Amino acid sequence: MTGFRMAAGGRIDRSKPLRFTFDGRQMHGHAGDTLASALLANGIHLVGRSFKYHRPRGIVSAGAEEPNALVTIDRGGGRETPNLRATQVELYEGLVARSQNRFPGLRFDIGGINNAFSRFLGAGFYYKTFMGPRFAGGAKLWARLFEPAIRRAAGLGKAPAGPDPDRYSNRFAHCEVLVIGGGEAGLAEALRRSEDPACRVILCDEQAEFGGWMLVEAPERADEMVEALSARPNVTMLRRSQAFGAYAQNFVAIAEQLSDAQALPDPDRPRERLWQVRAGEVVLASGAIERPLVFPDNDRPGILLAGAAETYLRRYGVLPGRKIVVLAACDTAYGAAFALQDAGAEIVAIAETRAAPGAGEIAARALARGIPVLPGTTILGTTGHLRVSGVQLGRIRPDGTAEPSGGFTADTILMSGGWTPSIHLFSQTKGKLRWEEGLGAYVPAAPAPGQTIRVIGAASGEMPAGMRSPSIGALPVAGSPDRVKAFVDFQNDVTARDLRLATREGFRSIEHVKRYTTTGMATDQGKTSNLNTLGIVAAETGRAVPEIGLTTFRAPYTPVTFGLFAGQARGDLFEPVRRTPMHDWAERNGAVFEDVGSWKRAHYFLPRRPVDPAAAGHGAMHDAVKAECRRVREAVGLFDASTLGKIELVGPDAAEFLERAYVNPVRSLGIGRCRYALLLNEAGFIIDDGIIARLAEDRFHLTTTTGGAARVFGMFEDYLQTEWPDLKVWQTSVTEHWAVIAVQGPRAREIIADLVEGIDLSNAAFPHMAVREGRIAGLPCRLFRVSFTGELGYEINIPAGLALPLWEQLAERAAEFGGGPYGTEAMHVLRAEKGYIIVGQDTDGTMTPEDMGLGWAIGKKKPDFIGKRGLMRPDLTASGRKQLVGLVAEDPARVLEEGAQIVADSLAPAGTHALGHVTSAYFSASLGQGIALAVVEDGRNRIGQTLHIPMERETIAVRVVAPLFLDPEGGRLHG
Amino acid sequence: MAEGFADTPRFRLIDAPPLARFVLRAPEAARKAAGKAYGLALPEMLNRGASIGERGKPGARVALHLGPDEWWLIVPEAEGPEVFGALEKALAAHPHSLVEISHRQVGYVLEGEGAASLLNAGCPLDLSETAFPPGMATRSLFHRVGLMIWRMAPATFRLEIDRSLAPYFVASLAESARDHN
Repeated sequence: MTGFRMAAGGRIDRSKPLRFTFDGRQMHGHAGDTLASALLANGIHLVGRSFKYHRPRGIVSAGAEEPNALVTIDRGGGRETPNLRATQVELYEGLVARSQNRFPGLRFDIGGINNAFSRFLGAGFYYKTFMGPRFAGGAKLWARLFEPAIRRAAGLGKAPAGPDPDRYSNRFAHCEVLVIGGGEAGLAEALRRSEDPACRVILCDEQAEFGGWMLVEAPERADEMVEALSARPNVTMLRRSQAFGAYAQNFVAIAEQLSDAQALPDPDRPRERLWQVRAGEVVLASGAIERPLVFPDNDRPGILLAGAAETYLRRYGVLPGRKIVVLAACDTAYGAAFALQDAGAEIVAIAETRAAPGAGEIAARALARGIPVLPGTTILGTTGHLRVSGVQLGRIRPDGTAEPSGGFTADTILMSGGWTPSIHLFSQTKGKLRWEEGLGAYVPAAPAPGQTIRVIGAASGEMPAGMRSPSIGALPVAGSPDRVKAFVDFQNDVTARDLRLATREGFRSIEHVKRYTTTGMATDQGKTSNLNTLGIVAAETGRAVPEIGLTTFRAPYTPVTFGLFAGQARGDLFEPVRRTPMHDWAERNGAVFEDVGSWKRAHYFLPRRPVDPAAAGHGAMHDAVKAECRRVREAVGLFDASTLGKIELVGPDAAEFLERAYVNPVRSLGIGRCRYALLLNEAGFIIDDGIIARLAEDRFHLTTTTGGAARVFGMFEDYLQTEWPDLKVWQTSVTEHWAVIAVQGPRAREIIADLVEGIDLSNAAFPHMAVREGRIAGLPCRLFRVSFTGELGYEINIPAGLALPLWEQLAERAAEFGGGPYGTEAMHVLRAEKGYIIVGQDTDGTMTPEDMGLGWAIGKKKPDFIGKRGLMRPDLTASGRKQLVGLVAEDPARVLEEGAQIVADSLAPAGTHALGHVTSAYFSASLGQGIALAVVEDGRNRIGQTLHIPMERETIAVRVVAPLFLDPEGGRLHG
Repeated sequence: MAEGFADTPRFRLIDAPPLARFVLRAPEAARKAAGKAYGLALPEMLNRGASIGERGKPGARVALHLGPDEWWLIVPEAEGPEVFGALEKALAAHPHSLVEISHRQVGYVLEGEGAASLLNAGCPLDLSETAFPPGMATRSLFHRVGLMIWRMAPATFRLEIDRSLAPYFVASLAESARDHN
């Protein structure tokens, strides 16, 4: 034996030694070790400082329930993970582990001074000290001074500051049976169910090896069962896989660790994999967790659960200590004692909290081994600072107190308060629980409706008599129980005294006690503390445990990395980005893009694209937009309008549907003609606009706004399926089938004329607001004569995959005419000069067609359309509503700010009711002045008036004008 | 092989050739007439696809029944106008909607023994052959993009993705493939 490592036995591979460091100290372990077992093999129990009092803490358990042994694992390169349970960290060559929550070091920690002031850090400390109105300075001091200081002192590990360099992946999976927990019960169930080759079985277990407690007691049998399962193709076995969340209809989330156990993980492969499993049936075989006992100073390093000690010895070949006292409330602790004795440890005594241990038989076996058994005995206190060194025992009196009965020196104390079924996942699915007195625990009673979940093995509450103990709560003490620190929740540093204090202060519901004392609220969610908490609150308030209630178990069962939830949705894959067929051309030609929904649209074109568009500054954008506007007004501009939503509506009732949907009359629309159309919601407010083009008696091509495409399509589908299912009409999204090139400007006709085949472009044959199908540059197209600029304009719809060569050809031609591309910013300016609204910018979801000066669009004779009834509401017909107007500042160079509030009086004090606000504002190169659109109460009656816009440093006088700044007669449009 | 995706022995991603695509919306009564004109009976069973001929080769026909009254029809690009005309003629007596969507989406074939499992990296459907047998077709999701999945053979999936989302889809598939080698 070297150190505390046994010469033989256990599942570790002694032929594979591994080096690792803990707080910089070089140590050795073996393949198959956890960090906890390797530390214990090196004689190290002290692994951390407690959350609040900074008390030295050691390894308590051997599994996921570990409350104390939280460490930071540093793999370098920003791969630093805090708060990992040392009991679950697999050892690998070169592992670097650090203890947490200590300064300057683990053995001497300044924060330990909190322990001396613990009387002032009791239940509700934060609320009492900082939240009251009496606390001078109030919120500011709290936020700036106390909170950061307290968070630093009462902390866990530090979250890494840099981006996570690892990859995370996802799998969706389906199976007939999902078995959670690969212990004896789970393995047996998986074997039985997978006999049917058509039954897909997924078996998951949080540990590196399947077998659970069998790995301690009967490893050969575990190996046999695992081998049999591995041979079955219908079985998926997930090791290192924590089922952390159970949801409706047998949906379970599992976190599988892939690379954390490897010394040199492949950076190209994922670190963890999220399994989202939909199972026909969930079988929960999650076993049971041993309960600590609540006695004074029960938190010193060297005090651990009996089952954990036996696990370290028999599975990892590690002797946790040499001079051991056992405190037992159930028989399994004896098994641990016997095994340790056989391994060479001295079992000083077994203190029995029961008056007569078990059936007496187990005690007799202990006595036969020469181990003193002390019935009706508890621990009144322990000594030792960084490691337990001694124990004071006490005899339990019938009145529930205890009297001192001597002591021993010991380097290790084992405790066992009985076993608690792990029902967390069952509880997450809202399954009903039942209190079982003999177990001192809740057990599954009935699954929630719609859940097919079955609990088997120890998790169901069916356990051998030796594991059963009704003992929960705090053990008897000598003298006042408020003078000792008996820990219940190790991780959040909650003592039995804190819980008693909370009940004395009036907290009776377990939910309130929990929030007030923070018991069970640490990262371990009270796996080892919940039932002892219930026991103490029940005893203190004189009620039965079921009367107190049980706090809800929530996912995740153990902490899960953010990376696992994010999966591959990060960086370029964070969110889909949609690009038009002309995107690459735009990029090559100086486009600076803006996001419109998930689309990238060319915002403006810089003559020579700088490395960083932001660095080019506002001036460069201003100049670019001016030049683009001038192109359109003086020659010709090309605009990529491909992102517009497009719907092809076909069927004998197509016109009828549109007549009902839009405010406009549609039935009267001639074939080959277009109409600007407004769509309202039921309340009468504008939600979208676009063009309705009639291609045939029963075939329409509609456009929607870019951002509204999906919403309009969804709304139409809703009406078709639920309101008017009798209409014979169907809609098909063709947004992505057609790319759209807008050619706008006085030379527009010239640059397309000789490319177009089969369409007479003359004004008479193809007037404004007309549509034709034909060919352009040999490609099939739908050609619209429409304009969003006020200029002669066409929108060429051609199949998206064929669009780029045409665009390139048109761009060359446009350049010959002094024209070129323009972006969305110039488009905004050009349309504002004409007073064309943008839904969502000039409207805000509360504007009617009349408000926008678009009342003319409404088919007055139509019996109905969506929003017609809404428009009749008195508040929508009342006078004084906000109306669209134009604004010009007295200083023509002035560009107003969008969103600025408008008032009548130049000296209006703050708080004055605003008459409206600016919705669009630009510098118009064509007019040589700033122009704005605004919505103003009773705006059309205020045309000619001067209003005021109070800004931070000044008040700007503005004149109200009609919302039409250029070419009011529309001569350019029809040119 | 599709650009931006590295094939492995376990799966390959292949670009579909240029194709003409149509959405036919029509009542059940029109199905037989449509099939006759199309040269391939439209599958009656929902979420089933049928095909004849070799993808992209003259005369090839695909029909996917994706909604109660919705079929996608896919033919070689050059045969689009002819198919459109024939169907319109055959369906003149039935109220219906036939719309061309050739360029709306991009087609891929994902094939290989690892194809189903790779799709399950981002697709929540049960893609076992019992639950999703060859011939089955449906719209679903791959991570954050919608797609149409048609299982042509046990290890061959035909996929259709909206044109603008195709680069994101291929990049997502490539990232997921790191976990499938």
